[in-house]
Amino acid sequence: MAAHRCSYLAWLVFIFSLSGILVADGQETTLSGDHLVSAVENPQTDAETEKRAAEEPAVEERRWEATRAADAAEENQEFPASVATVLSSTPQLKDDFQEELVIRPLHSGDIYASFHFRTLWETDFMKGNKVSHYRLFPKSLGQVISKFSVRELHISFTQGYWRTMQWGQPYLPSPPGAELWVWFQDTVTDVDATWKELTNVLSGIFCASLNFIDSTNTVQPSASFKPLGIANVTDHRFLRYATLPREIVCTENLTPWKKLLPCGSKAGLAVLLKSEKLFHSSFHSQAVHIRPMCQDSQCKTPSWELRQTLNVVFDLHTSGQGKQEWSLFKMFSRTLTEACPLASSSKIYIDITDNPQEEQFELIPATPLLRQAVVLGDRRTFSVYDLTQQVTFGTVRSLNLLIRWKSTEGHMLRPLLHAERYVAGYGLQTGEIHTLMYNNHPFRSFSVLLLDSVPWYLRLYIHTLTVTSKGKDNKPSYIHYQPSKDRIRPHLLEMLVQLPPHSVTEVTVQFERALLKWTEYTPDPNHGFYVGSSVISALVPSTVAMDTNNTQERTLFSSFFPCKEESSYFVRVYTEPLLVNLPTPDFSMPYNVICLTCTVVAVGYGSLYNLLTRSFQVEEPNPGLAKRIANIIRKMRGVPPL
Amino acid sequence: MGLLSDPNRRRALISMLTRLNAPICMLCYCAGVCWFMGLAFEPFTLRTYMSENAMGSTMVEERFPAGERALATAREFAAHKKKVGGMPVDWLVKTMQARGLEVFTQSFSRVLPFPDENKERYIVKGTNVYGILRAPRAPRTEALVLSAPCSPGDNNNQAVGLLLGLAHYFRNQIYWAKDIIFLVNEHDLIGMQAWLEGYHHTNTTGMKWTPLQGRGGSIQAALSLELSSDVITSLDIVLEGLNGQLPNLDLANLFYAFCQKIGVLCTIQGRLQRNDWDSVSGYSHAVQTMMLMVMKQASGRPWGDHGLFLRYHIEAATISGINSFRQYKTDLTTTGRLVEGMYRKLNNLLERLHQSYFFYLMPSLTHFVSIGYYMPAFGLLAVILLLRALDLWVQLVAPPARTEDGIAEIEQQSSPGVRSVLTPLIISHLTGAALYLMPVHFQEMAVEHFPVSETEAVVLTAIAVYTAGLALPHNTHRLVSGEGTEQGWRVLKLVAVLYLAVLLGCTALINFSLGFILALTMVPVAAFVTPDVPKVLSAIVFVILSPACTLLFSVFLFQELQDMPVSLQDGWMLYISVISQGILDHYLFGSLVYPLIALMVYPCWLLFWNILFWK
Repeated sequence: MAAHRCSYLAWLVFIFSLSGILVADGQETTLSGDHLVSAVENPQTDAETEKRAAEEPAVEERRWEATRAADAAEENQEFPASVATVLSSTPQLKDDFQEELVIRPLHSGDIYASFHFRTLWETDFMKGNKVSHYRLFPKSLGQVISKFSVRELHISFTQGYWRTMQWGQPYLPSPPGAELWVWFQDTVTDVDATWKELTNVLSGIFCASLNFIDSTNTVQPSASFKPLGIANVTDHRFLRYATLPREIVCTENLTPWKKLLPCGSKAGLAVLLKSEKLFHSSFHSQAVHIRPMCQDSQCKTPSWELRQTLNVVFDLHTSGQGKQEWSLFKMFSRTLTEACPLASSSKIYIDITDNPQEEQFELIPATPLLRQAVVLGDRRTFSVYDLTQQVTFGTVRSLNLLIRWKSTEGHMLRPLLHAERYVAGYGLQTGEIHTLMYNNHPFRSFSVLLLDSVPWYLRLYIHTLTVTSKGKDNKPSYIHYQPSKDRIRPHLLEMLVQLPPHSVTEVTVQFERALLKWTEYTPDPNHGFYVGSSVISALVPSTVAMDTNNTQERTLFSSFFPCKEESSYFVRVYTEPLLVNLPTPDFSMPYNVICLTCTVVAVGYGSLYNLLTRSFQVEEPNPGLAKRIANIIRKMRGVPPL
Repeated sequence: MGLLSDPNRRRALISMLTRLNAPICMLCYCAGVCWFMGLAFEPFTLRTYMSENAMGSTMVEERFPAGERALATAREFAAHKKKVGGMPVDWLVKTMQARGLEVFTQSFSRVLPFPDENKERYIVKGTNVYGILRAPRAPRTEALVLSAPCSPGDNNNQAVGLLLGLAHYFRNQIYWAKDIIFLVNEHDLIGMQAWLEGYHHTNTTGMKWTPLQGRGGSIQAALSLELSSDVITSLDIVLEGLNGQLPNLDLANLFYAFCQKIGVLCTIQGRLQRNDWDSVSGYSHAVQTMMLMVMKQASGRPWGDHGLFLRYHIEAATISGINSFRQYKTDLTTTGRLVEGMYRKLNNLLERLHQSYFFYLMPSLTHFVSIGYYMPAFGLLAVILLLRALDLWVQLVAPPARTEDGIAEIEQQSSPGVRSVLTPLIISHLTGAALYLMPVHFQEMAVEHFPVSETEAVVLTAIAVYTAGLALPHNTHRLVSGEGTEQGWRVLKLVAVLYLAVLLGCTALINFSLGFILALTMVPVAAFVTPDVPKVLSAIVFVILSPACTLLFSVFLFQELQDMPVSLQDGWMLYISVISQGILDHYLFGSLVYPLIALMVYPCWLLFWNILFWK
């Protein structure tokens, strides 16, 4: 690809010089001239790129199947022109929108569909210049970034728990409920106040209860959450992380999320996002990630990336009975008719790695385009449907992908890393949190970062912390523990633990359940109190080496976490949240309690206290007047009284 | 209280209490017994009603269609069970997987402290199989459990069949908000104990089990199914759990509501409710039902697989199908619908069941007696002990003679009194400890020297220690202070009476039935024992009212109430097996009745025995 790029650049420079404008020196002018030229020569260049794009898969295709590749190349010939005319109307600005849908048929017979939308904007919110002209990038988020000096923002809303053991690793992991983590610019002075304000604003934007994020559930992880975009700040004072495990995600969160897309839900892949089907699934997760990115390899111009993802898993058993068949219509009750006109690329990928000879399932309509990508340490093969090309929609002018299962046999490789967590013990006084981390790699050990954020009302006995693997004590090489403060901040426990190959590592810590003040209970105290998922971040050894610097050419769903080490890939695993019962008074009879207490205090206690503290004597009858006078006289005389 | 702060009136009150002590005590005793018997009288009880809003008004439509298929599965299960000669683990795993569940197994092993002759087991090894239905879009925080034991022989095949049928049907529904765990446990209670300990990662009884691989969060409620026939005539609900714990009354209400809705006969203690409460037979029916519940609760043992859940604050009940000679039969589809309806309502729960009562007695399935109504019956018995204690106290502090010499005499007497109280106290508790420890730890020695089996050895050792205790500790005070004094036994009795009052009070709070039955027999003994009564006659009365004999009578009464009267010989055999079961329950599941009797109640009774033989 690098060669392609060079020739492209050289070609541009050639046109540039032909048009008679002087090229003085250096990169800056080239860059500034770049879009000038592209504005002028747009039709031509676009046509060129399209042709190239059309040829490129064909080249790839030839590597797979020679006979069909020829057809594909032939088919693709007629398109560049028509597409070019469509695209020529859009002026070339410094922003770009891409959309992708990845469908992975799972071994359980379920279907995993993952939507990725990326808006890339070459602008700078930070350098004091007021950004007021928005095109593709949503203005609401842009204003948030500049107002709160946000460097990176990651927010996810998830309903359900990702079943790693059945489904493998997701493209983008997220914990049940809502998760929000933000890196602020180092210019922010009062991070906590900014964070508080930001959560309230986001709460409004996403119609979610993010305003419940306060100091009691916010932590500052020291190692687990590193910036994912370009960053020179890694001081975790500017990082805030919070989860709301109880947050319920529904249509009211989906609608504002869809509104952030340039085409809304009017065109492109987003027409599939109908809530009545999306929430009829086993798992639903939607996320927004904002981060600064490099536009090119030199990183001269920063740009902002807004990435919206939506992951959903459809359940085989509850929807497709008998005939095991999936189609876009069946999943989303819509078919596709066009790409989003604002998108520079709009593609559907179907993971066919386990299905090279179509022995597991059949894809209708078949596509000649194939693509390889390295996802989560595994080289996967995808069938590609390019929505920007009319041929994809065929004669009926609508695309309804159909996956027909032939056999459900197939065996999934055990995920190399997975984790689970539960509360042990019984009774309402103490308990024990067990976190189990499985390393299923047969011969390599690797380290993981475990992050636990536990609310203050579970008082962790940190001296009971044990880490054992294979029956032996496993000493963490790094422990960062921040004790809780009642009603102010939660416990934060971060550990770097080495997981031996093919082993289970168990982390246990005991806790005591606090008795809350009566106003601190939730309206449904007998439901229990939630403890957010623990986060396990790891570099898992992989057999496939990843190329690291060529970020532009990779598929969106595979290129999220930057990865430097060649032989391993980054994975983040979330455990289940916990539901813990706290000792709860009987709220249903406050009246009885008040009456009883008042009676006992007033009658019982008062009298008993009297009985115990006073001494009772039989009172002498009152002496008569004569006797009293006599006594006074006797007293004056110094004689003892009568 | 104003009464007490006036010294004159206080004196008058106390003198009245002392003077009329015996009649008042008699009156209280009779009143307590009458109150208790009155609890079963329908106008005095409350009608059951659903307290939990989440289960009350919500509409649920039951649609379970596959009773026939469940029966076919049951037959298949029976065939595989016969072929394997135990639990068909592989078949169960495969079947559950085919129904779309996440399936896990857990193996466990346990060596019993001595062989269990009722169930013919000593070294128990087994496997539990459970499948988890993951609720869509739920974060694995809450779960419900449906369990069926894999029993030996031809029992409970239909329960397993129905469980698998329900699993299949539930899997295709979308409305689940809580994970549902389908559990087939081997070796009934032992398997259940292993599974629950594994799930909560505790080990209270020294059982060996492999850790569980899959979990569903905190379990909110559980039902255990017992069905042994293809068609049933009625469904019975069993509530009594370990240590007399009961599930929330709403669970029973839920069961009753669905039986009414679906039109299935439902019973509690195997007895239907009757409408003729005003007739003698109707009243005695209610009394018998309630007495059965009281005796089951007092035994402190789990009366079904559900009984072990209660320790973990999980509301649970066992539903068992009964096939008797009635005309009207109910098929498995209807039973399945009932269970489906109950699970859908439980699925709607927002909080744990907590709205309704945890302490209650049920004279019928439609009526219940709450703690506020039954506690006075016990209170009337307990107040006798306090009255006697007051009487003794007054006798002790108010010396008969008001001379200076008399006071000196009392002071002289009371200082050795402490030791004369302490010695019997310690000796009787040591006897209690022997009763607790010896049967299990000396069984081998007993088997070597006597021609008995291990189980018999344990029980007979227990009886022997018990009897030996009668001979041993009386007159122990003489070891210390020579001849027993008048003052000495009074102090000892005061201590013993207060000890008994506290002991019974605490027991009744936890397990009303046990406390009440113990109070019924021990309070008269405690109230009227003095060294001055005729020895032989009172000794006989004493032994008859001792805890061991109470148990013997309870066994006969229980059989009588269940309409299965036994002969004296069978009764004795049953008595022995009940004792062995009690000891086993303690070692296997942590039932507290045996240690309570051996370590507290029996020593306390020995103190009174000691007073009887004071002189």
